[in-house]
Amino acid sequence: MNKANNSRKVSVSQLNSVTVRFAGDSGDGIQLVGSQFANATAIAGNDLSTLPDYPAEIRAPAGSLAGVSGFQISFGDESVLTPGNKPDVLLAMNPAALAVNLKNLDKGSVIITNSEAFVPAALEKAGYKSNPLEDGSLSNYRVIGVPVNALTEAALKDSGLTQAQVLKCKNFYLLGLLYWMYDLPLETTRAWIQTKFKKAPELAAANDKVLLAGYDYAEATEIFDSRFKLRKSPVTPGKYRNLTGNEAAAYALITAAKLLKKKLFYGSYPITPASEILQTLSKHRAQDVVVFQAEDEIAAMCSTIGAAFGGELAATGTSGPGLSLKAEAMGLAVIAELPMVIINVQRGGPSTGLPTKTEQSDLLQAVYGRHGECPLVVLAASSPADCFHTTLEAARLAVKYMTPVIVLSNAYLSNGSEPFRIPKLSELPKFQTTPLPPPSDYKSFMRDPETLARPWTWPGLAGYEHRVGGLEKADGTGAISYDPENHELMTKLRADKVAGVAREIPPTVIYGQNEGGLLVVGWGSTYGAITTAVKAARKAGLNVSSVHLRNIFPMPSDLGPLMRRFKKVLVPEENTGQLRMLLRSAYMLEPLGLNKMQGQPINSDEVLAKIEEILKGN
Amino acid sequence: MENTKLTIKDFSSNLPVKWCPGCGNFAILNMIQKTMAGMSLPREKFAVISGIGCSSRFPYYMSTYGFHTLHGRALPVATGAKLSNPDLSVWVITGDGDGLSIGGNHMLHAIRRNIGLKIVLFNNRIYGLTKGQASPTTQPGTKTKTTPLGAIDYPFNPARLAVGLDCTFVARGLDNDIAGTSRIFERAAKHNGTAFVEVLQKCVPFSDKEFEPLKDPAAREDLLLRVEHGRPLVFGKNKDKGIAFRNYRPEIVTFKAGEVPAEVAVYDETNAEMAYLVSGFTQPEFPVPVGVFKVTEKPSYEELYYRQVAEIGDTKGQELETLLAGPDAWEIK
Repeated sequence: MNKANNSRKVSVSQLNSVTVRFAGDSGDGIQLVGSQFANATAIAGNDLSTLPDYPAEIRAPAGSLAGVSGFQISFGDESVLTPGNKPDVLLAMNPAALAVNLKNLDKGSVIITNSEAFVPAALEKAGYKSNPLEDGSLSNYRVIGVPVNALTEAALKDSGLTQAQVLKCKNFYLLGLLYWMYDLPLETTRAWIQTKFKKAPELAAANDKVLLAGYDYAEATEIFDSRFKLRKSPVTPGKYRNLTGNEAAAYALITAAKLLKKKLFYGSYPITPASEILQTLSKHRAQDVVVFQAEDEIAAMCSTIGAAFGGELAATGTSGPGLSLKAEAMGLAVIAELPMVIINVQRGGPSTGLPTKTEQSDLLQAVYGRHGECPLVVLAASSPADCFHTTLEAARLAVKYMTPVIVLSNAYLSNGSEPFRIPKLSELPKFQTTPLPPPSDYKSFMRDPETLARPWTWPGLAGYEHRVGGLEKADGTGAISYDPENHELMTKLRADKVAGVAREIPPTVIYGQNEGGLLVVGWGSTYGAITTAVKAARKAGLNVSSVHLRNIFPMPSDLGPLMRRFKKVLVPEENTGQLRMLLRSAYMLEPLGLNKMQGQPINSDEVLAKIEEILKGN
Repeated sequence: MENTKLTIKDFSSNLPVKWCPGCGNFAILNMIQKTMAGMSLPREKFAVISGIGCSSRFPYYMSTYGFHTLHGRALPVATGAKLSNPDLSVWVITGDGDGLSIGGNHMLHAIRRNIGLKIVLFNNRIYGLTKGQASPTTQPGTKTKTTPLGAIDYPFNPARLAVGLDCTFVARGLDNDIAGTSRIFERAAKHNGTAFVEVLQKCVPFSDKEFEPLKDPAAREDLLLRVEHGRPLVFGKNKDKGIAFRNYRPEIVTFKAGEVPAEVAVYDETNAEMAYLVSGFTQPEFPVPVGVFKVTEKPSYEELYYRQVAEIGDTKGQELETLLAGPDAWEIK
């Protein structure tokens, strides 16, 4: 590395947290560069949160506004709970990436671009009449234009690679430059390059060289006159890895099966943004994981039911449209009282809607979207790493209560990542199933007096042969029954069993005070934004607290009394008010709403503004 | 489980059977119970999984594990059970509506995968449980409640459909041909991969004319072609008719009993093309073929799945923490 310029005056500032957004064509390798950057910040000891934001088209026309792919990361010293609201630094690979993201930048933010990409054709595609790098329209920002193509070509002039191969390396040039700016270690990315291009050493060498060249360029060039050092995050000691929500859910399922000493069966059909669960589990077949890519969503659900009937830990994953297709079979799982986990990674709907964008609009579908009286347990994960803990809890409840459990995730959690502390075996919950009586005392629909769960038996267990099915069962014996009183009894028993899960819910944790002016009630993926906003509001002296729900159905039994201790309740959610409707019907309250239906996560600024508006209106 | 010999009674749940008097389901139930008793497999290793329809009540009359699932969905439920427990003997009971209409897609894909399921499709050419609507095997012109002017849909030929999908075991039986159909079930039970058995039957209240001529043991040998591997395609009460292929086209040839001409084809169940031609025979041009049409040796889905796992090396003993850490965890002290 070039050490000659170390004498140059570079100011080094200490920062608490920074938000960087990478943006470019879908084919520019933005997600790759972003996740490399995320790993480097993690190794450097920062807490972080990331959010990929990509178009539904795999390769939209190059340079078009529709084809802009983004990856945002926030990293820093305290617990980083969201990927940030507005980027401090925008890395725009072309004019379209600048045009799409400029409206989210505060004045004074840094824009780093490939200045050679601002040619007339590209400017025209992005809707620019003149070159924004030259016409003064960006004078309120700190613009750093780097001739990346020429610099990359220069770095690789003796490499023997074709022009196209050379230009494919250019994103690593900008990555190297950012590593210098934030004083991040190059080692993880250099090691990744060697592994990635194991079979093409010439490409490994080229990418490595370009990465270092970018780093050296920043060090040598006067335009980069400041470096930033992020304070390390005071996190709990332990082993960590960076996981997306989908990966975390997949690992939770493997963990649950191991705790239960059973095989994991995962039956699923590819659907954005849930496919990564299927893909991650497919890599772990050797871990007693049976992965089945079904012919459709219905078959995925039904194969999961078959595996649960077969006595294995069964799970499926999908997104909203798939959950709709699974609904009929979920009714069978409820009446047959079989345990399974159903992960719904929500996206913008209805129909194909915004398939790659986030939303929280399947809440009512998860709770009520089935025929008949069909109660099941619904949980919601609050962060990428929490997808692990919530999915594990779902599996624990499913087998203890012999019920399907839906886990609500969404595109924001599934693609976003954060450091996940690897739990020790002793820290994980204990799994418990209904004890099995001797065959002579066994009846297929006998119930544990406390949980109301029936014992789980499966083909292969001698002496417990029985028949289940979608027809109503007689209480106890499990024989087909059309008896009117029995149907009413069974309807109530199924409801009571699921309602009884409330006893498993720990006391609701309040962030802030026990009572007061305003309580913000959140669920699922808005945890980071709400907590960040409430923290800031409290710092500013506002009388606001928050709770965040993992248990959507049944709800925590202390929630009603808790909400009544506050003058007002605010429910921010990425739908038109679905949790608000549940709270209203369950507790006869009139919560206020903050609702966003843009396919983009609610951010902490929006929550904070709403809190201020409510409390200042008091 | 001790190795005592199980009998047909051991497979009966002793529940009152609620099919209509005269329904062929009784005979099929009996044949399948007898087949299972002969498999020297303990009772708990059987799972009988059905969809919705009259035939799908089947599991309730069995003493094995059983699952009466959803309309059309027995196959994916069975697939989940079989793939996670490959040593089970999994039998799927379905009908022409359940298996070929609402569950048609699952039929294509179960057969495509060659998963080890015994699929028994009861074909009565009508929706019985919903009281008489046309099904995907209802013959053109048939008047039903939903086709008062006669059906205009072209029907599926289930066995031929399975042959066309390259199912590794395809057979057709008749509910009241106990000897012939029992032999089919015995072979299906032993087959590795998907075994598809179509059983022709009538529905007493709603399609009692279906297959009527084939039901009469005295007269049916002129209308039935009993297909047997390695035997010439000969039929008729007097065994004086046979099938010859001229320019790949089947034709009926007649001869003096006992003097089968050389041009009469010898059936080869391993020949998929022959199976396709023969399973397509329909009345009145040709006799209705029954027997085992096609047998192909091919590894089953579950076999391939667990073979792959064995090849990459089973690491299920790995410490959970090691698994969760993966290759790129870091430590914060």
